[in-house]
Amino acid sequence: MSKGQLPRWVDYGLLPALNLIAAFIVSGLVVVVIGEDPFEAVKWLVWGALGYGEGVGYTLYYATNFIFTGLAVAVAFHAGLFNIGGEGQAYVGGLGIAIACLALDRFVPWWVTLPFAIAGGALFGAAWAFIPAYLQAKRGSHIVITTIMFNFIASALMVYLLSNVLIPQGTMSPSTRNFEAGGQLPLLRNVFTTLDFGQSPVNLAFFIALVVCVVVWLLIWHTKLGYEIRSFGANPDAAAYAGISPVRITVVTMLISGALAGLMGMNVVMGEQTRLLLDFAGGAGFVGIAVALMGRGHPVGIILASLLFGLLYQGGAELAFEIPTISRDMIVVIQALVILFAGALEHMFRPAVVAFFDRFSSETAEA
Amino acid sequence: MVYFESRNEIDAQVIDLIDQKGRATVAGSNVPAIELIGVNKSFGPVHANKDIDLVVGKGSIHGIIGENGAGKSTLMSILYGFYHADSGTIKIDGKATTIPDSKSAISQGIGMVHQHFMLVDPFTVLENVVLGAEGGALLKDGVANARRELKRLADEYDMTIDPDAVVGELPVGLQQRVEILKALYRGADILILDEPTGVLTPSEADHLFRILRVLRDQGKTVLLITHKLREIMDVTDTVSVMRRGEMVASRKTAQTSMEELAELMVGRSVLLEVSKPDVEVGKPLLKVEGLNVKDERGVRRVKDVSFEVRAGEVLGIAGVSGNGQSELMAALAGITRAESGSMELAGQKLDLSEVHDAAQMRDRGMSHVPEDRHRMGLVNKFSEAENSILGYHRESKYSKGMFLDKDAIRKEAKERIEKYDIRPPLTEMTAAKFSGGNQQKIVLAREIECNPDVLLIGQPTRGVDIGAIEYIHNRIMDMRAQGKAVLLVSVELDEIRSLSDRIIVMFDGNVVGERGPEATEQDLGLLMAGVNQEAAELV
Amino acid sequence: MKTKTILGAVALAAVMTTGAMAETFKPAVVYDFGGRNDRSFNEAAYKGALQFKGRTGINFRDFEIQNPSQREQALRNFARRGLDPVITIGFAQAAALEKVAKEFPDTHFAIVDAVVDLPNVRSIVFKEGEGSFLVGMLAAMATDTDTIGFVGGMDIPLIRKFACGYKQGAKYVNSDTEIIVNMTGTTGAAWTDPLKGGELARSQFARGADVVFHAAGLTGTGVLQAAADEGKLGIGVDSNQNQLHPGSVLTSMVKGVDVAVDRTLTDAKEGNWTSGVEVLGLAENGVSWAFDEHNKALITEEMNAAVEQAKMDIISGKIEVHDYMVDSNCPI
Repeated sequence: MSKGQLPRWVDYGLLPALNLIAAFIVSGLVVVVIGEDPFEAVKWLVWGALGYGEGVGYTLYYATNFIFTGLAVAVAFHAGLFNIGGEGQAYVGGLGIAIACLALDRFVPWWVTLPFAIAGGALFGAAWAFIPAYLQAKRGSHIVITTIMFNFIASALMVYLLSNVLIPQGTMSPSTRNFEAGGQLPLLRNVFTTLDFGQSPVNLAFFIALVVCVVVWLLIWHTKLGYEIRSFGANPDAAAYAGISPVRITVVTMLISGALAGLMGMNVVMGEQTRLLLDFAGGAGFVGIAVALMGRGHPVGIILASLLFGLLYQGGAELAFEIPTISRDMIVVIQALVILFAGALEHMFRPAVVAFFDRFSSETAEA
Repeated sequence: MVYFESRNEIDAQVIDLIDQKGRATVAGSNVPAIELIGVNKSFGPVHANKDIDLVVGKGSIHGIIGENGAGKSTLMSILYGFYHADSGTIKIDGKATTIPDSKSAISQGIGMVHQHFMLVDPFTVLENVVLGAEGGALLKDGVANARRELKRLADEYDMTIDPDAVVGELPVGLQQRVEILKALYRGADILILDEPTGVLTPSEADHLFRILRVLRDQGKTVLLITHKLREIMDVTDTVSVMRRGEMVASRKTAQTSMEELAELMVGRSVLLEVSKPDVEVGKPLLKVEGLNVKDERGVRRVKDVSFEVRAGEVLGIAGVSGNGQSELMAALAGITRAESGSMELAGQKLDLSEVHDAAQMRDRGMSHVPEDRHRMGLVNKFSEAENSILGYHRESKYSKGMFLDKDAIRKEAKERIEKYDIRPPLTEMTAAKFSGGNQQKIVLAREIECNPDVLLIGQPTRGVDIGAIEYIHNRIMDMRAQGKAVLLVSVELDEIRSLSDRIIVMFDGNVVGERGPEATEQDLGLLMAGVNQEAAELV
Repeated sequence: MKTKTILGAVALAAVMTTGAMAETFKPAVVYDFGGRNDRSFNEAAYKGALQFKGRTGINFRDFEIQNPSQREQALRNFARRGLDPVITIGFAQAAALEKVAKEFPDTHFAIVDAVVDLPNVRSIVFKEGEGSFLVGMLAAMATDTDTIGFVGGMDIPLIRKFACGYKQGAKYVNSDTEIIVNMTGTTGAAWTDPLKGGELARSQFARGADVVFHAAGLTGTGVLQAAADEGKLGIGVDSNQNQLHPGSVLTSMVKGVDVAVDRTLTDAKEGNWTSGVEVLGLAENGVSWAFDEHNKALITEEMNAAVEQAKMDIISGKIEVHDYMVDSNCPI
């Protein structure tokens, strides 16, 4: 082990744990400041997310969203691209899914609709990522800026479509009609009747997310394309030297990233709501950035980070419910603290830990 | 306690040593402004500064000359507190000291003018000078004082400048003047200039030298880092020569000559002999015609270069680095687009202003060992095995459909590790953890084992230990013996001379001469230093 | 000793009775995005619940949702814990309510701004078009430039309903009136962006408008501010906003969400609950135009008379205000 390097368990286990503990300590202080018992708060948070079947179901349901968007951000990140547009890509991807469902749900069972919905979500999400990717590759317009702009354009587009085109006549809510059974993913509570998921909306999309994790793992670490993506991300000069076209990799990676984000709608649109509605992405595209950072871009890490954020979402809702003085804004503060410590301040503890292990390893070496 | 005792011991020993060697010269007063004794600095396996001794007299201009990569910048960074010496003593004004950071360097009267200016473009001259030395919480007082002080400095050293001009709008020469004023404003008595003329026009450079002389006459000490012989001869009082991390000589400028310095800079053969058997030279495998290459900023770095390399021949390109060799190689390897020019490879003519695709060049039988393996030749984060297919990862033998065949890759990587004696023999270790020599072997194995017709190889032994140098040289000779064409770029003259069948020298983007391997070091050294051309220009 | 026991028993009984009382009536409110302090629609519901609490002393629980999935979750959580009635605010809750109301057929639910056709649900919708018609008339009468403005939050059916009534009212007074319509945004922030509201109002003033009606929640406070700053007239919405800038707010289109919430709670408590659709228009005083001491100076006798006449005519059916929702279309 050379200087400055950390054992894997420290890098992937200890450091995230330290960051998380720090986030919770600071959150606890905030809870104390507003006059509540932080241990009580933690109890409700954990119980709400894991203490009963329905809570677990909701935790998994939220985690499913974050897995999709986290993978999207991570794939782009492997190519050194910072895709902030997961939110918009997920939103527009939902449109693709909804179109497939609306077209087919009255005629075929759900498992026939499924591949079309997946294709629709992926295609629309990818299409939404294409223009920023092309502008970055060919014109050098920074992808962070363009993807943010495309989030706004996506919401404008969706408001227009939902209010004018997709809305059923005479209804107030800007959403499509409800999909029939042929456009609904089975809920896990109906599939695994022996397991207690309460009334939670966790559905088959959870398993789709896990399959996609495997696909992404294979793609990034076992295919030629993944090799090129990682080369380009780790060392663009070496990639150019190896004859890897930066334009092609930028565009292809962003298409994959957008497609992954677009699949998020499988969970919400086809799984839970069984309709396309305004703002259904609900910030999951942004949480995906934190998830990807925390999960170190690896599908296993992303699953774990998604579960953590799913836990925070579900437990947070439950906490706000049980202790009304802890408002939803407080929950946002706690989530933000986790993101802050796990993402932005990721390197806060690193120097100290590195120094500790350096001393430790040099002592053992001398001994 | 222990610390003080041992330091005194070292001082005594080293001073003795210097007296015996007697090569340090002191101009001006008796107490030298700077004294370095036995300074060492390593970066991993690279020994950038080896036992450096240096004495610079107060009130003198001292030049430090050497090739790029000779260790000059590292040494100056140690003086300015960017790096810490692994061992050795630094004395300022005769007193042993430590320089933990640049703040400390400034407080000890050391100022530095970097090669790339550290200026804030949208700020005015005055604001830049004050930046970091505002003096007090209220900017206003500091600025008023600074305005007075700036005017005094400008008058005293004959450096007139408008304090309210915006720096970004000034010509480069004046920006440099701001840097110098900045250092003086902070009370610098010792001024280090790192390659100051690299960005200047000849007349701007002359003006700079006039300023430096004024500074010297006012009692300041100037350290001038450069690789240009003419500047040393023009402006310095004393000069030290660095080569491969060592301080090889110190001279009074008046008592030396360009020829001697060139020879010292390039160095005598310290390399092991390479056996160069006779090989029958065949038909040209690589022909380059009328190649012009511009860099990203639109400056033409390769100017109408033509040459050919035949089967069984090593063509060496000598030259001080930064004279267009890198751009030449990048264009030939298909990494950057040329402005104009063509290349004939394997009997097929390619317009290099159209084709720039490294993958296509590889397919046509050209492989490339880049001069900077960290920046280009390797992905440091990747494992040895992953690096062993970089650029060849599309080949069918490494893949099963769209997937990489990891077993096949690992198996071949293992074979190469054995064949090239790469240590440690671990296919899964990341490239960054290998030593320089072994990293180079990973690249070399990859580029040679694909059996190319033409091998481009840049700086094959930079940062490589002596054992690996011999091995790498022998591999290049093997390629030659197999009837391949090798284009070798190196700043090591010995390497060029011992490996090449023909040598061309590049200066400022032009090919300034061709010689055989029997050419003398002095002859090549002068061509490399652009002396011929510069002399012509001066007339 | 004995006395003590009896006293204790009485005290215990008292405790049990109050406990049982509280047990029997535990109302809950679920707000939509925006939350209880959005200075607008959700806040009006909150006020209604507060009024009820102030009058009866009965506490209520509430919840602000953060993402779409929580709508269903919150409703279910309240119903499962025995809270009854549960009032949901906003059309977006309709789908969630439809599911949860079926799961808990014995719980009473109410929804504001949407219709959910279930036996245990009271749906409360307003004829925003009628109220907007009246303020549109006032705007058309007050303008000197024959140009008036409308700043909506988001381009969704509910807001078009406001806009449509407003336009009809203005054209009813003067068919040459020009109406400039702008929407603030396309995300949730559209309802909470006073700066942008002010900018839009200013741009409408620059294009000649001198009266601007907003239907944009918190964003609208920026619209009214801009009108006050530039010496033009604003028109408030949902609650009576006349007092925000007295003399600069021509009137407000009051939508009685607070009254509706208060009344729903009261009905439930007193056993007068009815399920089904409640449509609140001018006739039911569910929507109205605000006339008080703050805008007395701005409304002439003539204007007052015209509007009151129109109000009667609408109630009597003499004037028909086209409802945007009927055909998703506005005739003007």
